[in-house]
Amino acid sequence: MTSAAGPAVVRPARAATRRRRRQGSNALAHVVLSIGGLVMAFPFVWQILMSLSSNAELTGVPPTFFPAELRFDNYVAVFERLPFLSQLWVSVVITVIRAAGQIALCTLAGYAFARMRFRGKGLLLALVLSILMVPSQVYLLSQYQIVQGLGLLDTIAGIVAPGLFSAFGTFLMRQFFLSLPAELEEAARLDGANPWQTFWRVMLPLAGPSISALAITAVLFSWNELLWPLVVATYAQNAPLAVGLATIAGDVNINYPVLMAAATLAMAPILIAFLILQRRVIDGLAFSGLK
Amino acid sequence: MTLLERPARRERTAPRTPAAAGRVTRPDGWWPWLFVAPLLAGVGVFYLWPILQTAYFSFTEFGVFGGVTWTGTENYERLVQDERFYRSIGNTLVYTAVVVIGVPISVFLASLINRPGLRFAGLYRTLFFLPYVAMPTAISLVWRVMYNGDYGIFNYLLSLVGIDGPYWTSTEGFAIVAVAIVGLWSSVGFSMIILSAGLKNIPPELYEASELDGATRWRQFVSVTVPLLSPSVFFVLVVTIISSFQLFDLLYAVLGPRNPIMPESASLVYYFYSTGFIDNQKGYAAAIALAILVIIGLVTLVQFRLQRRWVTYD
Repeated sequence: MTSAAGPAVVRPARAATRRRRRQGSNALAHVVLSIGGLVMAFPFVWQILMSLSSNAELTGVPPTFFPAELRFDNYVAVFERLPFLSQLWVSVVITVIRAAGQIALCTLAGYAFARMRFRGKGLLLALVLSILMVPSQVYLLSQYQIVQGLGLLDTIAGIVAPGLFSAFGTFLMRQFFLSLPAELEEAARLDGANPWQTFWRVMLPLAGPSISALAITAVLFSWNELLWPLVVATYAQNAPLAVGLATIAGDVNINYPVLMAAATLAMAPILIAFLILQRRVIDGLAFSGLK
Repeated sequence: MTLLERPARRERTAPRTPAAAGRVTRPDGWWPWLFVAPLLAGVGVFYLWPILQTAYFSFTEFGVFGGVTWTGTENYERLVQDERFYRSIGNTLVYTAVVVIGVPISVFLASLINRPGLRFAGLYRTLFFLPYVAMPTAISLVWRVMYNGDYGIFNYLLSLVGIDGPYWTSTEGFAIVAVAIVGLWSSVGFSMIILSAGLKNIPPELYEASELDGATRWRQFVSVTVPLLSPSVFFVLVVTIISSFQLFDLLYAVLGPRNPIMPESASLVYYFYSTGFIDNQKGYAAAIALAILVIIGLVTLVQFRLQRRWVTYD
């Protein structure tokens, strides 16, 4: 009893000093992290402030931090002066199709590569994964020729097509399905379920977290991607927002507050989704290790 | 539940147990092909075939009115003496060098954010991760305004300490550094998250033991944190360098496609894009694309070679 009580008395005291020591040094951590956090957040805040300013305020010296009057009409002008709505539509459609397509194709293929036996499986998997090591520029010219040949330039189908097939997503889903116990399948099989039923009713319902990681990656990449849609969509109204903003910004007579409003609106859906799902998004992306 | 509530079926299959066991190791017939066919078709058409086709294109020249002419190694001969190609490599290296500074910074930040009992850790995490999820072409626009030589906030702040700041986005040399600062800003949060996951995997007993031995914080950092974190640092370094070598979005959006200094400030990927899709020399662009593949492959290979010297695996 006494021997148990001894450490119990000592420990709180030692823990307390340690905690005090830790807290003392945490002050410095807070200073560094909040300065860093400010640097991270500043461009976003600045962008919103400028989107509510007049052009004179934005280009004034010294800079105006808080506009004299909040000009929400800059946001109205986004819809009147820029092809914002049609580009928003393109962005939404390509993002939804790509995420849905990747989930369908990658879960199916990932499951087969993880749990089924067939000839040439190892070789096929190696071929699929080999494309992860090749930078996207190597595909781009030829993908462009193919999409052009199919008559899909300047269409949503053309922008979306290559991105439906994800080697990374297949790998992600394969790794997940590999981690499930074999008994699940055995039970389903003995129960008379065919492979499709086993996949659909038994295995897929367990894949929620991996599917959400895959969906987050697909949505983020599709929404933000520039190079491929820039090449495929030659007319402004057929391009997604990422392309629209980058190209319009090249114009000389640009009204910067309106452009800032457009940029804020273009980022908003992803940023809001991120703020709502932050933990899941951070874990999903850190887990996947790639954009 | 259905799996358990059907004894009749199970009895029926019971006598065939050897056969059932055999089926486990036997191929699944044509089912797997149904599962993999859609993906394989797409990967074949949009990825595997294009690798071969691009390799072929790199030995050809595209006619103005279509048609492809075999020109042998002409594109590659041109590439090895192309000054713009070397300049784009140089710009890419400058960009990468600046962005890589983010790796030690994020090791430091990750060690701060992982302090036990740190309050607001979730808030800090979210703030640092924000730039990584923001659309590059949208957030670049605000950077472009901040970099403006006349009314940008950076030159205003510099003027407060008596420095006459340059025209960041339209002066050669400054432009690529300006883009790299945005790259650094947007990638630090991601690296920090990966590294802080790595830090969480270090057993706390090691710190407790070294603390009992009277190790200082710095000593703990050098002898416990650094070696045990080195695999994560290596991963972050490889990912950072590969993605830096693919610089395109930020360059395009911060400088703007119609920027007169764009040709001098091009990255490898921008040079590939402008050759293939602005100048319409797709054969030559294919050669550049393959050069990018080789360069990234070599850089990654060197990193894997060097890792033996500093990365500790248990």
